[in-house]
Amino acid sequence: MIYTFGGVLLFALGTYGLIARRHLIHKVISANFMGSGVFLILIGLGNRTPENGPDPVPQAMVLTGIVVTVALTALGLAIVKRYYTATGLTNLDDEPPAGDA
Amino acid sequence: MRDPARRITILPILASLGMLAIVARAVLALPPTAAGLAEEMQAGAKSTGIKNVVTAVLLDFRGYDTLLEIAVLMLATVAVLSLRADPAALSRRIAGRAGPVLGSLSRTLAPIMIIVAGHLVWVGSSEPGGAFQGGAVLGAAGILLVLSGYAQPAWAGQQVVRWVLTVGLLAFIGVALYPMLEGGALLEYPDESRKSLILFIEILLTLSIGASILSLFMASALADTGGERP
Amino acid sequence: MIGIFDVLLVATLLWIAVGSLNENKLFKSVVMFIIFGLFMAIAWIRLGSPDVALAEAAIGAGATGALMLDAVGHLRSRKTPYPATPEETEDADA
Repeated sequence: MIYTFGGVLLFALGTYGLIARRHLIHKVISANFMGSGVFLILIGLGNRTPENGPDPVPQAMVLTGIVVTVALTALGLAIVKRYYTATGLTNLDDEPPAGDA
Repeated sequence: MRDPARRITILPILASLGMLAIVARAVLALPPTAAGLAEEMQAGAKSTGIKNVVTAVLLDFRGYDTLLEIAVLMLATVAVLSLRADPAALSRRIAGRAGPVLGSLSRTLAPIMIIVAGHLVWVGSSEPGGAFQGGAVLGAAGILLVLSGYAQPAWAGQQVVRWVLTVGLLAFIGVALYPMLEGGALLEYPDESRKSLILFIEILLTLSIGASILSLFMASALADTGGERP
Repeated sequence: MIGIFDVLLVATLLWIAVGSLNENKLFKSVVMFIIFGLFMAIAWIRLGSPDVALAEAAIGAGATGALMLDAVGHLRSRKTPYPATPEETEDADA
């Protein structure tokens, strides 16, 4: 069960990073952390069976999830690079952060 | 002047603590030991003759999920390939940067990786392995070859590549629809050819997934030169 | 079945994640993300799923790591964006 709670904490950590960090690549990394947290929760919950070994259905789902995550990451990074090429920015701020008059 | 910054930094903490509370409450509401589906899956896998239960679940019991997942991967590849602009730029970036260590490493490793990928797919029905693992190693071998200058980056748009990308999904859809011609349900494999059908799908899926990972890397690497489209 | 190894592994995973997000240099963040992927592969083995461990090591740490390093390298190599398209420069002159 420790892995399940670790997954919950990792998911919360990823949520914080997704919102708090301004750089777009940090946001992509945070989204990956959120995904990994969810996978830990799923397989951690699938390991609750006393005998019979781990539950294979969450493992199949997580395998699917890993492939979808890499597709998401690749598309996100391509968009980030294109956005940087087009605008020269690596964040999504509307106005400059506090400190400018 | 300080207040907007402080308001902005409270929101992510609140959001993450909120998520933590919701998910932790959901997890704690579940019983500490639960039966799960392990018994049914293992009994079912024994009846199909596939010893690796996860592969049986992926390609047989939950085959529809895998079909949709491959479609998602192909969609992402299409989207990333549509962002590309200039194949020559990547060649210029890589050319001459390889160095002797990377060159000899890739010369040694790439054939081994291809063999490992094939092995992972072949034993996927009885030992840990399968199409995704083999496809990932194959894609990684391709990335290694591109980065060390042994493969041309401009192949990402050619016809051969597009066929390799789609053959896995097409074969999967074909095998999924075929039982419907004889009045069965979607993805209901006939019993006597179940294992060989799954192996056939897995091999083609490996090629597709490898080409897809390689295309994601190269097309994403090509997407930097925004300029004018050729 | 909670052993001291599992507790240490989960603590290490969270520590690496915190370190990756706290880091301001992009390259260090991405490298810690790759290391995180490798430790996740060990976690999957401890959870009895070798297929997921293989996939995480190959795809999660390998392919995603390569993609991110490429993105970071691109951001680093081009300090200024490409010049604007011809229509925009004409409007600016007018």
